[in-house]
Amino acid sequence: MAVSLQQTKDAYDVIVVGSGLGGLTTANRLARSGHSVLLLEHHHRLGGLATWFTRKTHIFDVSLHGFPYGMVKTCKKYWNREIMNSIVQLRDIVFDNPQFSLRTTFDKEDFISILNEKFEVGMGQIERFFSRIDKMNFYDDQSMSTRELFEEFFPGRTDVHRLLMEPITYANGSTLDDPAITYGIVFSNFMNRGVFTFEGGTDQLIKLMAAELEKNGVTICTRARVDRIVTKNKKTIGVEVNGAFKKAGAVVSNSGITNTIFQLSDPGQYSEEFLAKASKIRVNNSSCQVYIGIQEGEHIDHIGDLLFTSLSPEFDSAELLDINTRSKTFSVYYPKTRPGLERYTIVASMNSNYDDWAALEEQDYRSTKQHMIDRTIVDLERYLPAVKTKIDWLEAATPLTFSRYTLHTKGTSFGTKFEGLDVSRTIFKEVNGLFHVGSVGIIMSGWLGAINYGVIVANDVDGYLRSL
Amino acid sequence: MTRNDIKDLILEIIEDIDDEADFDSLDPDQPLRDQLDLDSMDFLDIVMELRKRYKLQIPEEDYPQLATLTSCTNYLEPLLKEA
Repeated sequence: MAVSLQQTKDAYDVIVVGSGLGGLTTANRLARSGHSVLLLEHHHRLGGLATWFTRKTHIFDVSLHGFPYGMVKTCKKYWNREIMNSIVQLRDIVFDNPQFSLRTTFDKEDFISILNEKFEVGMGQIERFFSRIDKMNFYDDQSMSTRELFEEFFPGRTDVHRLLMEPITYANGSTLDDPAITYGIVFSNFMNRGVFTFEGGTDQLIKLMAAELEKNGVTICTRARVDRIVTKNKKTIGVEVNGAFKKAGAVVSNSGITNTIFQLSDPGQYSEEFLAKASKIRVNNSSCQVYIGIQEGEHIDHIGDLLFTSLSPEFDSAELLDINTRSKTFSVYYPKTRPGLERYTIVASMNSNYDDWAALEEQDYRSTKQHMIDRTIVDLERYLPAVKTKIDWLEAATPLTFSRYTLHTKGTSFGTKFEGLDVSRTIFKEVNGLFHVGSVGIIMSGWLGAINYGVIVANDVDGYLRSL
Repeated sequence: MTRNDIKDLILEIIEDIDDEADFDSLDPDQPLRDQLDLDSMDFLDIVMELRKRYKLQIPEEDYPQLATLTSCTNYLEPLLKEA
């Protein structure tokens, strides 16, 4: 159970600011290795963007969609077996666009056969492509873009580019112009052994994580918004939260990296070189979502677990981000998502730019949002004819919604572009005892990326605390 | 610690990380990574566990020295001789 701020101690070994999957994991890992940990979250529930909300009797999952197989091992090692055992595969992934329509189990074997049989790419070329991306790692040259990588292996094949890129763009906001290594690393994780989900839904996952944190002695405090990370002579000494000072040997910010540097801490304490790098960080795009609740007692046909749909003639990063995009994913949550509840919900997701929505006047904002909902239902009816009559809840989120709940710069739903990783990884070299965990650099994004990054940062924090 | 103690220690830590790890055919001079299906996250766990148990701080640039069981032992021997 979360406690009130008044019930917390005055000092901890480490304070974690924010409870996204990265913050939760860092907190858990540090508590398990013997440190006293205070976890502060501004919202009334834990999870950050790994969240859900209820309307009538519907439960809507905001970012569950599907994650890579690597989550199995990661959850086993850094959380517990109960969490690991709730991970189940989604076997029916659908692509539908003017260039091709297909269903896939989303694993390497299936992608190879699709590329060979449906797209008629030679086996040698497919093998060379997979072998190249399997070998890609973080320390490689970053000058090649994903576009150049695709052109080298599949010149002119915009259909192949679309198959290989579209899911990644929805998963982490990256585009054909981002470094090929970020593509290779994410692709090797993601489109490799299938796509998985958490049986019981996001609410169940976060409930199990909260129980594990408590078992390991983490003090959890929600509705506690940190105003400032307090430092003295380039050393972190604690935080100011709801007007109170809490002392800590180290502070881990799970706020956005740009928020951490420019809002939560005093930018004056960083070196000019570091600030120059930090000010060049580009945040990834935000999202729009439409939440569709199917009336209790109604049933919908199985149309696939995750559908990548588009009416755009070719894959185009700019089109995907357009306020009137004709591309969206449908995450369909059948009763199997929450066994025992015979319920269906559908979440449509689009990538989106914060500035496009922030520029709208109140009335335009509302009508643009309504148009988006209407378009979404028209699109959904291509797969579920007349589904409109079964819907009893419809609601949309825009980048402004994401910004309000996550407090992220420009409501980014996928953290930052590649350069954010270096800044996040080196902040503790600027100010002793200040660390950052959160979606950065494209590769440390998504559920698996966030959790694994939480482990990496916990190791840094542990090293620092044990050197004091 | 003797060299054998250090080898046992490393294998014990790996077993904690992966209880299905099979050490029977392990070649001490070949990379642990390939033989035991360890990834870079697993090596981080080894580093963190050594720090917890022996207050050993292993800098990131030394991580490659943990590649094989023999290289681990060579690297850790002087650091753990008093442990």
